[in-house]
Amino acid sequence: MNKTILKTDHLKAFYVLDVHGTQKVVKAVNDVNLDIQENEVYGIAGESGCGKTTLLKALVAAIEPPLRLMDGKILYQVNGKEIDVASLDQEAKRKLRWEYISYVPQGSMSVLNPVTKLKETYRDFIGSHVSGKSKDEAFEIAKEHLLDLGLPLKILDAYPHQLSGGMRQRVTIALATLLKPRIIIGDEPTTALDVVVQRGVVQLLKDIQGKLQNTIILVTHDMGVQANVADRVGIMYAGKIVEEAPTETIYGNPAHPYTQYLIDSLPKFGDKSTRKSVPGSPPDLGNLPSGCPFHPRCPHVMEICKQEMPGYTKLEPNHRVACWLVGEGERLS
Amino acid sequence: MEKLLEIDQLTKVFSFGSILSKIKLTAVDNISFDIKPAEIFALAGESGCGKSTTARMIMGFESPTSGQIIHSGTEVAKNEKVWFTQGIQAIFQDPFGTFNPLRTVDRYFFETVKNYKLAKNKTDAIKLIDAKLKAVGLSYEEFAGKYPSEFSGGQLQRISVARSLLTDPKLLIADEPVSMVDASLRMSIVNLFKELKENFGVSVLYITHDLATAYYVSDRIAIMFRGDIVEMGPVEQVLMEPKHPYTQLLRESIPEADPEKRWNYKIDLSELEYEEYMRKGCKFAGRCPQVMEICKAEMPQDTQVGKAFVKCHLYSESQKSQNEVI
Repeated sequence: MNKTILKTDHLKAFYVLDVHGTQKVVKAVNDVNLDIQENEVYGIAGESGCGKTTLLKALVAAIEPPLRLMDGKILYQVNGKEIDVASLDQEAKRKLRWEYISYVPQGSMSVLNPVTKLKETYRDFIGSHVSGKSKDEAFEIAKEHLLDLGLPLKILDAYPHQLSGGMRQRVTIALATLLKPRIIIGDEPTTALDVVVQRGVVQLLKDIQGKLQNTIILVTHDMGVQANVADRVGIMYAGKIVEEAPTETIYGNPAHPYTQYLIDSLPKFGDKSTRKSVPGSPPDLGNLPSGCPFHPRCPHVMEICKQEMPGYTKLEPNHRVACWLVGEGERLS
Repeated sequence: MEKLLEIDQLTKVFSFGSILSKIKLTAVDNISFDIKPAEIFALAGESGCGKSTTARMIMGFESPTSGQIIHSGTEVAKNEKVWFTQGIQAIFQDPFGTFNPLRTVDRYFFETVKNYKLAKNKTDAIKLIDAKLKAVGLSYEEFAGKYPSEFSGGQLQRISVARSLLTDPKLLIADEPVSMVDASLRMSIVNLFKELKENFGVSVLYITHDLATAYYVSDRIAIMFRGDIVEMGPVEQVLMEPKHPYTQLLRESIPEADPEKRWNYKIDLSELEYEEYMRKGCKFAGRCPQVMEICKAEMPQDTQVGKAFVKCHLYSESQKSQNEVI
């Protein structure tokens, strides 16, 4: 019943930098296999500097130097056809954006033009993506869309700085979903917002997903938000997905020591017992430790962890873990 | 009981605009609280609620429009800066902004030691610095001669705590100390405050918007909304049985890391922030699900409910008696 909408196959995207004549390679996305379904919310969680944002860049096919696609494929399912994104030219990629895949960034202030009213931004946007409609007709679409989402129409006459951070974020989401894209990618869309406002933004995203029955890929390090929104969660560490499972399994029965740390370190109401944060600090992606990249911080480290990265072990059909504790695993193809 | 810091009817009014159209905004409206020795007191609320303005007034960066700040029984405004900063030290939100990227971090330590005349010679100074670094889980060897860019955010934040400990302060003011630190490393900073309280008797004014860590670490909490303290009391009571409708909303809006506790109903979103500041009565009246006529006209008074104080008409004397009649 489930249909794949986006797939990556051994995706590797590295930053290749030239530092004082020597080449430095930052392995930001290192062998990632994703299989994202239609009509689901897929969460990606991990610490800052683990490659989450780079993975998103690769998913929207915005791979520009110094970022390079080293290996692997990114496959979209567009109208029943499988398309390899790397084979597309700029114009074809531009067409897919917003109609097929759209992107909600973290800082909405830098997305909206600060010197024009929002209605100009909306007009511009529709003008360049919808053909065969007069400006007024196109503008009607925008108004209808805003009303649908329950946003006040008076924001169209406002400048971005006149709106609060939460409202700006919701306006950006409205803009990103105007053409009813099949995939919405959110890069920390609620980080830096107040809790009540954050709840409003999450509410809006869920509403849209419910209406359009499309896919949301939500990247946030906030495990609370993930628990609230995502259907499946992938835990990312040092450019790799180390564990992936349905949300209930990730929170109820985490298998990777890193996932366990992430969840156990969260303070809970009604429980004041001492909580420990993950020891050490995240690894430098330009200089990764050998073997499993988590081994210097892992409490269960074994000899083999220092030498070799394990493959994925399937604990359940939809629960995969890359850790020597659960087994050697196999390379998924 | 003895009070380390007492805030008495503190008010700050900002005015902006031109002479012809002056707008006055009461950022902090007549708030009072106190901090006891060896206590972690949380001041929590959303952005724009006045919590940072309060901290800035306590640290002396802003002068209050009215009200008093009393430190160890003496009014702060009448005392010297050196005496004051020796007793109260601050930690800020952005650890990368705290240190100049072109200076090694140890220079800040030696400078503080020199300014406060804390050591006689360099060996003594290093001993003192090492002791303070040990208290935050670092050592002098791994830190000497390094630049801020060589540390992670979490480490830098611990270094800035160690620096503030040099003068043996009685009170630390921590303004959003963990909001720039990764969620997975937050607990190391928050646990540090607990240890400082237990081992050295240091009090902490913990200013945050993160109620989960506030619950975890603090003894008492005050919830601020648009310049007012709407609820204040022991953290167990305020966060586990919130009384004020705003505290209830805030508490429910925190996403819990438990997929079984998802939000199951929708909320009304705020009208414009500015309008809420300008309200005559209770500032939450525009969004409150239990709003009454009196809320729009009159600002409620503090009412004691259990061990906490609540600023809400639902609990005021006149309302209570009315409820009983009905």
